[in-house]
Amino acid sequence: MEMQSGTDAQDAETIVRRFMEVVPHAEALGMEVVEATPGCVEVAMPWAPEFVGDPRTGVLHGGVISALMDMSCGLSVLCHPSRPPVTATIDLRIDYLRSAAPGQRVRARAECFHVTRSVAFVRAVARDDGDTPVATATGTFTVGV
Amino acid sequence: MGLTRESVIDGLLAKVPYFGWLGVQLDRRGDELTTVLPFAGRLIGNPALPALHGGVTAAFLETAAVMELVWTAMGDEGGGVLPADGPEVELGKGEARAAGPMPRLPKTIDFTIDYLRSGLARDAYARGRVVRLGRRYASVQVEAWQENRSRLFAQATGHFLMPQPRG
Repeated sequence: MEMQSGTDAQDAETIVRRFMEVVPHAEALGMEVVEATPGCVEVAMPWAPEFVGDPRTGVLHGGVISALMDMSCGLSVLCHPSRPPVTATIDLRIDYLRSAAPGQRVRARAECFHVTRSVAFVRAVARDDGDTPVATATGTFTVGV
Repeated sequence: MGLTRESVIDGLLAKVPYFGWLGVQLDRRGDELTTVLPFAGRLIGNPALPALHGGVTAAFLETAAVMELVWTAMGDEGGGVLPADGPEVELGKGEARAAGPMPRLPKTIDFTIDYLRSGLARDAYARGRVVRLGRRYASVQVEAWQENRSRLFAQATGHFLMPQPRG
């Protein structure tokens, strides 16, 4: 995803929430910020029948997980202590460990663990209520313009 | 009654709720399959540009990959069987006989997306290529563009687990 940030005086939570509010696709999927600390963001979304990928089982489509991963990863870059004013996804790899349980909400926790002058490195884990993660992601993001 | 692979992928579009929500469509020209994503406001990730959400791009390319994989697996060259619930869908010569409502779908193992440029607020197109189709695993590449076929805005590679016959 691509995002632009504002002044650097705000804390992580404020920055992250302000971004989520203006992203139509995040609202359409019912995403909400669970927690945001510098460089680390957790975003959740509810299960809903229209997001199902397999009508026989009611399992969410992988594309929904992708959106959640991309969103949480991008936000973790923006609230990294280096405060990049803008970011965009360069690449994102998602490993689907198992199907998300039907009816359960999914939350993705992303950590921006390294930032250079040009690139931010991010990893994320998505979970439902079970013990094993649903999916993991690794991504690189642009930093600045 | 024969069930063509055309009707199987059309059935997928109609029966999978998320495909309907995203609004994806299919364009078939001979044996060439293009997945189309008509632009809609809810697909926006960056309202300032405006640009498609990266998650939309990912979902769109993954959809195109699965469509191409089902299409290829059911084609003449595929020649294999894509199991369905109930009696299996039998494949061969581009036609299949099926009693099941739809075939069991390949499962995504992993999917990697390269974001080459912003996805703009207009229709997008994607075409996949099955690089390898084995009994258990398949590898698919996808390219996506908007105005200009040679200016890709994203490309992706994914690995898939093929549905196994039951028993």
